[in-house]
Amino acid sequence: MTTTVRNLVQLAPPRPGGSWRDRLRGPAVFVLIAVLALVVAPLLLEPFRLGLLAKYLCYGIVALGIGLAWGQGGMLALGQGVFFGLGGYSMGMYLKLHDAGGDLPDFMVWSGVEKLPAVWVPFENPVFAIAFAIIGPVILAVLLGALVFRQRVRGAYFAILTQALAAAMVILLVGQQGLTGGTNGLTNFFDLFGQDLAADGTQRGLYIVVAAVLCVLYVVAWQLVRSRFGRLLVAIRDGEDRVRFLGYNPATVKTVTFAISAGMAGLAGALFVPVVGIISPALLGVVPSLELVVAVAVGGRFSLAGAVLGAVVMGYARTSFSEEFADGWLYLQGALFILVMTLAPKGIFGLAATLRELVASRRARA
Amino acid sequence: MEAIVSQLPIGLSIGAVLLLIALGLTFTFGQMGVINMAHGEFIMAGAYTAYLLQDLAGREAVLVALPVAFVVAGLMGLILERTAIRHFYGRPLDTLLLTYGVSLVLQQLARDLFGAPNVQVQAPTWLQGGFGILPYNRLFIFALAIGSVVAIWGYMNRTSQGRRMQAVMQNRQLAAVSGINTGRVDQRTFFIGSGLAGIAGVALTLIGPVGPALGTYYIVDAFLVVVAGGLGQLRGAVIAAVALGLLNSYAEFWTNASLAKVIVFVAIIAFLQVRPQGLFVLRSRALT
Repeated sequence: MTTTVRNLVQLAPPRPGGSWRDRLRGPAVFVLIAVLALVVAPLLLEPFRLGLLAKYLCYGIVALGIGLAWGQGGMLALGQGVFFGLGGYSMGMYLKLHDAGGDLPDFMVWSGVEKLPAVWVPFENPVFAIAFAIIGPVILAVLLGALVFRQRVRGAYFAILTQALAAAMVILLVGQQGLTGGTNGLTNFFDLFGQDLAADGTQRGLYIVVAAVLCVLYVVAWQLVRSRFGRLLVAIRDGEDRVRFLGYNPATVKTVTFAISAGMAGLAGALFVPVVGIISPALLGVVPSLELVVAVAVGGRFSLAGAVLGAVVMGYARTSFSEEFADGWLYLQGALFILVMTLAPKGIFGLAATLRELVASRRARA
Repeated sequence: MEAIVSQLPIGLSIGAVLLLIALGLTFTFGQMGVINMAHGEFIMAGAYTAYLLQDLAGREAVLVALPVAFVVAGLMGLILERTAIRHFYGRPLDTLLLTYGVSLVLQQLARDLFGAPNVQVQAPTWLQGGFGILPYNRLFIFALAIGSVVAIWGYMNRTSQGRRMQAVMQNRQLAAVSGINTGRVDQRTFFIGSGLAGIAGVALTLIGPVGPALGTYYIVDAFLVVVAGGLGQLRGAVIAAVALGLLNSYAEFWTNASLAKVIVFVAIIAFLQVRPQGLFVLRSRALT
């Protein structure tokens, strides 16, 4: 292996040009939004809306991972729901066991399971459950990434494989009724670390945790993109063979990035479960995974902020729109998607750049 | 031993349907680099065509439904290609997302036009019964798949249009400088590929109910066939579709339905370790 990861994590030298004002603009906006999300929103929003926002922010964490893998690394991962689900299920298993207090979880009794399955036993420990929510997806992603990227399977092939993984995962979960709760998934949670999950205070606390996690992960991802590793990732996206000729191993870089994005999705899943109160196959199949990618594309895949914002806005749009007309949502979503892909392939966040290019090409032609 | 024999027709007919679906995908993907997620909805369109024709002409209408579904689905594909996809050539991942949007709209459209519940198409009386352990309707699907493969082979190798199609698939720019109208060739390929999905839709009405989400059940597996068989490879698609169909049905039989998909997935990943670009590869020295 020619690439050592350590010397890649250093910050890349700053780009020439740009005054300190330009350089401070990004961090300033970030701090402003972080304060809005962490302090102002919990004070202003009623508990129901805050709960919804927490849910969208969970999707935002997944979107951040997609932005990293797809926007920066060019890996269109259509199966992020799998990792989200792994995280969600491991948290759900802990909550279920905790609520059951030594007995069998309710759905197991209904499906005639008599003894706690061995897979479930370690999840009695919350530390293990939360750790597994992140490490489980990372291991799966490393396995898949190493096998696939090493063989230079990429682009559309990779997208199709991740999608097939999502499809297989759903069928597996639905089929193992006694182990996973089948189609219903895991739900009816009451208690998180001694706090009543239905209480407003708990939900507010959970919201703050989710928002804080998103902020921290955003900074991590942002610094990663600015580092030499990030530069290399973009270089691989734009010309994988050329990077290989320079002596780097693209497979390593891609696998690491894919694993990071999977870990993010897993953590998001673990946070999602106490916030929303359910994890089920319908939340992590082919369609939900694709919807998140769609949201990232709408927001703007080439910027991390665009990716997160896309997920939050699309989540909000979905809820408010399907409250009004349930059937219209699919038309709207489909149409929005076609429009964004045709008119603004860089998404809403890249709209300015797209327009600039358009004007430039017009001028060049004239 | 008995199980091996009794699962055979089921696996083969799954393979035959997958083949009909994957044929269109492998050519649009191989020739134009388009990942058409709306392909599943062309299947659905074909199936609903059969359903509507049954209302008009009774249950013997399958033979009429085949050409009509071919044209209906083909035209839908042609419209999609002309209005949207042609602006996306060279950006396969973007076409995937674009056509996903189209597929959402088409599914909802089907729900509004035909209702959300599944509808049933009655198989014609002459397809009832069977030949030993082979039911006639599954035999009919094999015949359909074999017929389509032969027709495509003939088209690709024996007609000038088909040769142009191969030329464009092998090297678009060289084909263009040799005077081939690549845009026209793309349109034809898209029409034929989508039309085959329509035929697959009619075939599916013979073995199950029709619903707005019909295409979504097959599209992922059909893409796996394309990946395993190699882009734009007729032979590859045939072998991969049959293998995947058999693997699916035997894995389902020996383990259970929920593990079968995982086994298929692992098998594909393992296969890609040996042949990362699928069974057959169009040799090229081009760099990405």
